[in-house]
Amino acid sequence: MIETRHISKGFGDHRIISDINLIFERGKTNLIIGPSGSGKTVLMKCIVGLLDVDEGQIFFDDRLFTEMNFYEKKSIRQEIGMMFQGAALFDSMTVEQNVMFPLTMFTDQTMEEKRDRVNFCLKRVALENVNALFPAELSGGMKKRVAIARAISMNPHYLFCDEPNSGLDPKTSILIDNLISEITKEYGMTTIINTHDMNSVIEIGDKIAFIYKGKLWWEGDNNEILDTDNEELNNFVYATELTRRLKKQK
Amino acid sequence: MFKFAKKIFSALKKILFSIGQYADLMLKVFKKHEKTPVFRRQIADEINNLGIDSLGIVAIISVFMGAVVAIQTAHNITSAWIPAYTVGFTTRESIILEFSPTIICLILAGKVGSRIASEIGTMRVTEQIDALEIMGVNSANYLILPKIVAAVIIFPILVVISMFLGIFGGWLAATLMHVVSTTAYYQGITLDFIPYEVYYSVVKTIVFSFIITSISGYYGYYTNGGALEVGRASTKAVVMSSIMLIFFNLIITQLMLG
Ligand SMILES: Nc1ncnc2c1ncn2[C@@H]1O[C@H](COP(=O)(O)OP(=O)(O)OP(=O)(O)O)[C@@H](O)[C@H]1O
Ligand SMILES: [Mg+2]
Repeated sequence: MIETRHISKGFGDHRIISDINLIFERGKTNLIIGPSGSGKTVLMKCIVGLLDVDEGQIFFDDRLFTEMNFYEKKSIRQEIGMMFQGAALFDSMTVEQNVMFPLTMFTDQTMEEKRDRVNFCLKRVALENVNALFPAELSGGMKKRVAIARAISMNPHYLFCDEPNSGLDPKTSILIDNLISEITKEYGMTTIINTHDMNSVIEIGDKIAFIYKGKLWWEGDNNEILDTDNEELNNFVYATELTRRLKKQK
Repeated sequence: MFKFAKKIFSALKKILFSIGQYADLMLKVFKKHEKTPVFRRQIADEINNLGIDSLGIVAIISVFMGAVVAIQTAHNITSAWIPAYTVGFTTRESIILEFSPTIICLILAGKVGSRIASEIGTMRVTEQIDALEIMGVNSANYLILPKIVAAVIIFPILVVISMFLGIFGGWLAATLMHVVSTTAYYQGITLDFIPYEVYYSVVKTIVFSFIITSISGYYGYYTNGGALEVGRASTKAVVMSSIMLIFFNLIITQLMLG
């Protein structure tokens, strides 16, 4: 479980997120949704500690993360897997070396064990025979999938994905969503996903937090979201013809 | 007047902030590394990237530098009272004391400094450094320490090679252009040889290696923005490490020879 209490963050005089109180439960896929520029990435980076919050507290299973020192944070981070919006693969390493990297740094596994694990993770994101390629040789969607494989290679307790399926075709997108939701339940991870993909929202949104202009505007699950009367959320949810048709049918 | 004072004050504040930030980064850099085999491999790679790759340019510059020093010295000897071995002697002294350590390190500041700053800067703007941090890797230590260690090992070796090549270049010029005979040149380069001078140069080079790699690492590490800023960071890295290098050249010389 991850909990944020009253967290706020700004750059200079510019407040980006303010007073966010959220609880993300274990074994659930928690989604943070909101329009582009609403502060989802900033919120996620605050939770994992890549950005220091201006105010508020963050708990990782009752461990107060915001007060920890360098070494305590470091040890918690080995329980975190994160996929960045831009994939953030190491350019100087092959796909295999990228996925293997956390294993090399933090485990004493043999090369064979590591290689098995890498192939297992790559297979789960539907990538095969790309081990020897460099990130520059991959398509945008493939990079994202390698990034997910790298994020799950250590079997993290906490999984963060920043827009895992933007830029993917619908089929791969569903595959990735299902993968994330499956491993979340299978390993009892606490998973947080940033997305503005309505399909993911409906499919895997065990818990949904809608961020609007840096504030927590609405919370609920994928059933509740379709019949809310929150105007900004409705504008977001029913922005496309497809979802509007869906509503009519209902 | 008041405006001027304010400007100076804000510049001073900026400098102090940078020094603090640099010191803070170095504290992070000099923490214990993660895995010894990984660290060793990184050092070997960096010795290759930063050192062996620079061997060509170091060789060319050293030979030509030695040749020019020899010809210039010969040119300045107008009196017949000055013995011919002076050419060899002066070439050796200038090469060992100043040309090899300082000029070669300035060249390396340009070549290696820009490379380090742009490599680390690119990793910063594409969130690769964040990815390292999130895994629990101390990114400053992982990215910068192997480069510092590699440079401290390989730059002095490059400089010593450069000394030999410089003196060789001087000989080449002296004999090819019939400035002095091989015997006279040899007599000059072996005359009153003081090993302490080589020691002084090696110490200087070690300090320069640290300056170049740590300052370039600093500018790369704190890049923010995009590709444009990466370019800017790499220019700043070269300029600042060159300035610091010249400055410390003076200090070390005063301390060790003054
Ligand atoms: N390092 C930074 N410095 C200054 N402002 C920033 C920084 N990072 C983000 N911002 C600002 O914070 C706001 C929210 O950005 P954020 O990246 O969190 O949006 P987002 O919700 O993730 O959008 P998207 O869906 O497009 O990824 C933006 O207005 C952005 O300009
Ligand atoms: Mg974002």
